[in-house]
Amino acid sequence: MTEYLMLILATALVNNVVLVKFLGLCPFMGVSNKLDSALGMGLATTFVLTLAAGASWLLQELVLEPLNIGFLRILTFILVIAAVVQFTEMVVRKLSPTLYQVLGIFLPLITTNCAVLGVALLNVQEHHGFLESLVYGFGSALGFTLVMVLFAGLRERLALAQVPAAFAGTPIALVVAGLLSLAFMGFAGLA
Amino acid sequence: MIAAIFSLTALGLGLGALLGIAARYLAVQESPIVGQVEELLPGSQCGQCGYPGCGPAAAAVAAGTAPVTLCPPGGRAVAEELASLLGVSVDLSAVTEEAPKVAHIHERLCIGCTRCFKRCPTDAIIGANDQIHAVFEDACTGCGKCVDDCPTECIELRAPTQTLTNWVWPVPEAA
Repeated sequence: MTEYLMLILATALVNNVVLVKFLGLCPFMGVSNKLDSALGMGLATTFVLTLAAGASWLLQELVLEPLNIGFLRILTFILVIAAVVQFTEMVVRKLSPTLYQVLGIFLPLITTNCAVLGVALLNVQEHHGFLESLVYGFGSALGFTLVMVLFAGLRERLALAQVPAAFAGTPIALVVAGLLSLAFMGFAGLA
Repeated sequence: MIAAIFSLTALGLGLGALLGIAARYLAVQESPIVGQVEELLPGSQCGQCGYPGCGPAAAAVAAGTAPVTLCPPGGRAVAEELASLLGVSVDLSAVTEEAPKVAHIHERLCIGCTRCFKRCPTDAIIGANDQIHAVFEDACTGCGKCVDDCPTECIELRAPTQTLTNWVWPVPEAA
């Protein structure tokens, strides 16, 4: 049990997908304008990432490994991720039309969120078991959600700040992202 | 190679079938009225009704939060069609039936600032920087957005120029 907790801690904080591995920067910059949509995006990505991590592990162990067709890994993983995202879109649309409207184009774009594919590939690389893969995916998604919410909160305050004209808008957001990344480097000694 | 082809095909078919079943169970009932209302509206997104475009306006009309007479460019014809589609009775005397109007630019006053044609939802104004602009009457819906934007007040709405192709017999006067 402790090792899974450690794994969650390690993936969410120490090896955070966004701020340490620099994966999934597109939704990180794109949907972090408002706290609500950032949280919604984080939850949707959590759902997709965990499911995709499990599904891609099954695919790797049951299909790619026995048939010795590892060269199809990226292609099949993308296929599975796209299907999971499509499924998530249907679920979100059914359960929360408001969230569906707020997320808009970024919901189908989870398909191309490199964090999702990256976590699936890292699972293969580090020879994780099924449960480990799920926990690894969930931990990464937790880190993603945490960073999204933190960054959205910062940006909501940033919108009111007096920023030099040259830095207004995206540049200052990128600077803040860099500072946040520096802060997360402080977790490096934790595990 | 056979294994690769077979497994990829099986994977595609399997996921497709799963998504198909999921779509059946998670289908969202969307009111077909919104689409029908949107088809009746002009679709020039002029915004005179106060909604950002014809889509949100159609949603509001279908939901009953906006009156069927909300579309000024559509005039009485659109109001009538909307009323019959939604089955509501409407006092059409309030809708003033105006003859179709198009924008006209007075060349003497135009300074070629291009503000009006950036604003035009139907691209009916032609011209370029520092060149006198002109209105392409076939494309103009008479929404009047350009009138508000002109800094020299050189645009007015008036009846389209009469040509052999658009001239009609006048309505006979009642005895």
